[in-house]
Amino acid sequence: MSNVKKFMYINNKAPYGTIYAWESLEVVLIGAAFDQDVSLMFTGDGVYQLMKGQDTKEVGIKNFSPTYAALGDYDINKIYVEKESLDARGLTVDDLMHLVWEDEDEDWAEKDSIRVVTSAELAEILDQQDVVLSF
Amino acid sequence: MKFGIQVNEGPYTHEASVTAINFVKSAVAKGHEVFRVFFYHDGVNNGTRYATPPQDDINIQQTWSNLAKEHNIDLVICVAAAQRRGLADDGEQERNKLDGNNIMDGFRISGLGQLIEAGIECDRLVVFGD
Repeated sequence: MSNVKKFMYINNKAPYGTIYAWESLEVVLIGAAFDQDVSLMFTGDGVYQLMKGQDTKEVGIKNFSPTYAALGDYDINKIYVEKESLDARGLTVDDLMHLVWEDEDEDWAEKDSIRVVTSAELAEILDQQDVVLSF
Repeated sequence: MKFGIQVNEGPYTHEASVTAINFVKSAVAKGHEVFRVFFYHDGVNNGTRYATPPQDDINIQQTWSNLAKEHNIDLVICVAAAQRRGLADDGEQERNKLDGNNIMDGFRISGLGQLIEAGIECDRLVVFGD
């Protein structure tokens, strides 16, 4: 495994209702062991996956949202959220979980993992990827 | 070109399986290599041998099995997704003390690392699903 590829995981579905979001996150976590250049992208209803204060008690389905906070520990710190998707749902970045990572090169300074980008910027980011997995 | 394939949807309910089969057949016919097909989410149901569709319908599971044998294609079912949905081979039967197994000839059950490896090893990873 000499070559490092750019992996992008596209998440465009709501966190509950279907299993795609949770099983996508499982791929991301397993994939982290392969030392690739990983990015995550949240578009459409996928932005709801990052909402803070998720509570699934009433629906009886596992709340997996705390797992996103662990991504920083797996060196996954490029989490792109589409601005237009937030706007269309009346959300801002303040409605999302505060996901951070620690920068080894800057004395473990804590930095934000979430970057809000426009769909035009996302298109450019997607263009740079080697492997795109959509869930 | 070396292709990796990911199938995310179950057979019959969703057209993704048949589209993936057609893609694999075309790729092979044009001289490309299909390194691996990875079945995830409900896509794991492409690998049960207990499907008995009407005779005038396509047998999707059998078609995959035949393709694998004919062209030496690695068909891999995700173990985590399989455990949730009741797909088992000999190993899973023994580990989880099940009273049988139901995997189709030509498929194997393994981990998500096989999907990431396909992404690394192949020129293109093509995902079939919604």
